[in-house]
Amino acid sequence: MTTTKLLKTAGLVAVLAYASSASAQDDSQLVINGEIEMITEVATQDYIGGLKTAYSGWRFRNSDMQAMQLDDFENPAAIAVDEGLASWSKVDGSEGKSCASCHEDLEASMAGVRAVYPKWNEEAGAVMTLASQINNCRTEQMGAEAWKYDGTEMTGMEAVISLQSRGMPVNVAVDGPAHDAWLKGEEIYYTRYGQLELSCANCHEDNADNYIRADHLSQGQINGFPAFRLKTGGLVQVQNRFKGCIRDTRAETFKPGSEEFVALELYVASRGNGLSVEAPSVRP
Amino acid sequence: MKRTAIALAALIGSGTFVSAETVTPDNVVMDEYGSIEASLTGVAGDPAAGAEVMSSRGLGNCVACHQVSALSAAFQGNVGPSLDGAADRWEEAQLRGIVSNAKMTFPDSVMPSFYKTSGFIRPGNAFTGKAAEGALEPLLTAQQIEDVVAYLATLKE
Ligand code: HEC
Ligand code: HEC
Repeated sequence: MTTTKLLKTAGLVAVLAYASSASAQDDSQLVINGEIEMITEVATQDYIGGLKTAYSGWRFRNSDMQAMQLDDFENPAAIAVDEGLASWSKVDGSEGKSCASCHEDLEASMAGVRAVYPKWNEEAGAVMTLASQINNCRTEQMGAEAWKYDGTEMTGMEAVISLQSRGMPVNVAVDGPAHDAWLKGEEIYYTRYGQLELSCANCHEDNADNYIRADHLSQGQINGFPAFRLKTGGLVQVQNRFKGCIRDTRAETFKPGSEEFVALELYVASRGNGLSVEAPSVRP
Repeated sequence: MKRTAIALAALIGSGTFVSAETVTPDNVVMDEYGSIEASLTGVAGDPAAGAEVMSSRGLGNCVACHQVSALSAAFQGNVGPSLDGAADRWEEAQLRGIVSNAKMTFPDSVMPSFYKTSGFIRPGNAFTGKAAEGALEPLLTAQQIEDVVAYLATLKE
């Protein structure tokens, strides 16, 4: 190696200097309808090694987009929520039942539910997401067909159930029987998939608050899901979002509802334990 | 037989002439610091074509992560360092190495390897989300790498 080469290798040092760019994520307070106060910033649990503070994706959006979530009359998810509400009491399947037949009052029976999912289900012997639980009710209790895992009926129902927990802190359990799935989710989160060799952490942990072309990277938190995406003009199921992100690394994705994505959902939810349930949120 | 068919398809697909001297991704000679001395094609790079590769979403899209003052591309990102003055910091062989496989210069870098075709986990068929079929193409062709290196060599302050 010549002297000039050595000198130029010192460029490595120069490279390190760029890392500390100023924070663009803001301190705005999210209060919905002037009354429901949201926790958009919280210290993470010790088991989340790479992240000290969790921020809701809302904190990374510009003020116009933030405003759409402040008032339910401005939130474009309202139509999907209405549809979810209608299917809550709609009879379907061979048993002549609706969700309301078993659970009765939506507000009373579903308060707090979204905050603790995904969670271990003893009978199934597996971690279940809210979506898989909904489909389980349809097939086992109602004798109805399962909905498409990330289809519109499912996201509408998830949204209306999530609304009953709005403002409550996410609180998924990561230990006990769910621990194996959680570990698997953690492994997936840090695996560099695809021809671009990028992991979730590369973008959402190492580069949160940086820009990748026009996209302002958030921490990829899921407390706001299902989320209304302005880009597609519809509610997006969380595992559909995961699929899109993995696809963007030029990788073969996992399927919504797969064991891998269920584990990943549990793990990512735990990175935001303590943030308020914010669904249905408004995102780019 | 199958290999020839794939290679032919690649030729037709990209519409570029691959000369006999073109070094395939698996035959690149890199030193222990991640530099590549020899040109990948033997054909001098075209800086204007390199600027296009760096700006286009469908090609290198380097500006997704890097800011380059001399390029007019909109929405330049900041995941990586600004490339202004890159040629003052790096020699041509080092730049060729960084663009081809940055992880050999910067261990664990988030920068993708633009001239590499193996060693991936669940490689996809471009951005379809489906599994890749057959041999992978590198993200950029050998000549595109040379064009980008030629453009980077103009970035002096
Ligand atoms: C190449 C970069 C990249 C990778 C890798 C990546 N994402 Fe994303 N992700 C984005 C961008 C860009 C957005 C949109 C802006 C934002 O919210 O960060 C996004 C958004 C999200 C969102 C929506 C957040 C919100 O508040 O609306 C979630 C959830 C998410 N990503 C999860 C993941 C997970 C899980 C993985 C790994 C399986 C992953 N991402 C991998 C770039 C990436
Ligand atoms: C996903 C992000 C990403 C993309 C895309 C990317 N880079 Fe980089 N690049 C980086 C990072 C990050 C570094 C800093 C090294 C490190 O610590 O990993 C870097 C370093 C470099 C350097 C040395 C930095 C200096 O000026 O001293 C050069 C030159 C470079 N990249 C060129 C390119 C070119 C050319 C392309 C496109 C063909 C490209 N990069 C695409 C992330 C990226």
